[in-house]
Amino acid sequence: MSLENKIAKKVRDIPPSGIRKFFDVVSEMEGAISLGVGEPDFDTPWHIREEGIYSLEQGKTIYSANAGMPNLRKEVSNYMNRKFNLDYEPLTQTLVTVGGSEGIDIALRTLLEYGEEVLIPEPSFVAYMPCTIFAGGVPIAIDTNEEHNFKLQPEQLEAAITPKSKILILPYPNNPTGAIMTKEDLEKLIPIIKKHDLIVLSDEIYAELTYGKTHISIANLEDMYERTVILSGFSKAYAMTGWRLGYAVGPEVIISAMTKMHQYVLMCAPTTSQYAGIEALKNGDNDVLEMRNAYDARRKIMVNGFRKMGLSCFEPEGAFYVFPSIQKTGLSSVEFCEKLLMEEKVAVVPGNAFGESGEGFIRCSYAYSIEEIKEALVRIEKFVKKYI
Amino acid sequence: MERKILELLEENSRYSVEDLAIITELSKNEVEEIIADLEKRQVICGYKTLINWDKVDDKELVRALIEVKVTPQRGEGFDKIARRIYHFNEVKAVYLMSGGFDLTVIVEGSSMKEVAMFVSQKLATLDSVLSTATHFVLNKYKDYGVIFEKQKKDERVMITL
Repeated sequence: MSLENKIAKKVRDIPPSGIRKFFDVVSEMEGAISLGVGEPDFDTPWHIREEGIYSLEQGKTIYSANAGMPNLRKEVSNYMNRKFNLDYEPLTQTLVTVGGSEGIDIALRTLLEYGEEVLIPEPSFVAYMPCTIFAGGVPIAIDTNEEHNFKLQPEQLEAAITPKSKILILPYPNNPTGAIMTKEDLEKLIPIIKKHDLIVLSDEIYAELTYGKTHISIANLEDMYERTVILSGFSKAYAMTGWRLGYAVGPEVIISAMTKMHQYVLMCAPTTSQYAGIEALKNGDNDVLEMRNAYDARRKIMVNGFRKMGLSCFEPEGAFYVFPSIQKTGLSSVEFCEKLLMEEKVAVVPGNAFGESGEGFIRCSYAYSIEEIKEALVRIEKFVKKYI
Repeated sequence: MERKILELLEENSRYSVEDLAIITELSKNEVEEIIADLEKRQVICGYKTLINWDKVDDKELVRALIEVKVTPQRGEGFDKIARRIYHFNEVKAVYLMSGGFDLTVIVEGSSMKEVAMFVSQKLATLDSVLSTATHFVLNKYKDYGVIFEKQKKDERVMITL
């Protein structure tokens, strides 16, 4: 009996992650520096952790309402209003999810009929493609490029649309490029989105981490509120990755359908995390500001470092990654990363892990201390000099 | 920008001028000028290193916090007596306090006896000092915002990118 054949084809067909193996090597290597990890290096601020602990002490260990604790949903609603000037009714238009990732999954499964297409600007977060396939949809990559600062261009969107197109994922601020979309950039997409009656899933998990410019949600723009679901969470803004807490906000019809799916798949998000999440939204603005300032300093050091060694490095305005081009070295992304690890013991992620358009680039996270970043830059420069 | 530079230097006084220039997007010259001006105006009062002496075997260092009650003096308030106290080398910090006593004096010495002698002979005997209460520091967990206990190592792993 071959168990392999018992696995559903759509799951079998997703290739195993090559990156995993690569980073297993890194963790074993003495003296290696990694700029690979995509999560904050900060601990969750203490007052937030403390609320989680307090809830445990009080024995608050039962399920919450399926869609999340009413108080948390009220805070999510307040937050969306305070930060982005968007109004969502707490009880009908918000859903607390198990991380932003669950939001992506259930939004796709809630909306997609078999064979419908999802437009995915790339390079981007690696989960959109498999989640679309698992939901029975067809992922359609749209390659963004450095020339246009990795922003989705209206003519690219128009060209990718077919009668089967249903959803546009807007992954900005972007992992891995650090690109953001301004109000003007977004406005150009609106006529096309409306013409083809698309639903927008706006993944705004990095919304708090923009530098110099404030994040604008497409839901703020004319006629977009009623066709946009915003997916976000606590992981990046409040350094709460392990708490697995996120949320989705959007039109009542979609949120209530997503809630239906969520209640059967996950019941509810972890209660402890929800108590901590209330504290984060209520009293965490200053923590976000401090972390953002720290990231910004590191971002500048890193961009400057890459440019000084002669690599073209697009100015990232969001998230915590830089995405320098390594084309000048003549190496492929994977070759570059493997050789860099073996020769200088620095681990970075090949750009093509985020879609084919990421070939020729590497992703370097600056969720590391300035000392680590500087040491890594010294080593990378030594390596790059051999090739250019 | 002055404020930004101060915040950065407060966090790490070893930032190079070049780092500060990159982070603040100023030229190196501009950063140097701002720092020189801050030093001149004594906004920046010095650069020291935070050391956990407990980790150095051959250096015994005892630190005490002393609550001091004093009689304020006409025309001088607390300033004159504070000045009398802060000039002693043993005194590392003097703060005027609200509440049940007047001055907090931080004293360092190489033994408890040395600190006790300083308090009884030099501090308590000052004319305006009414009383002192000495509290010895047994362990420093955190100082100047820095936690002294062993920092945990980076345990983040690669999961979904």
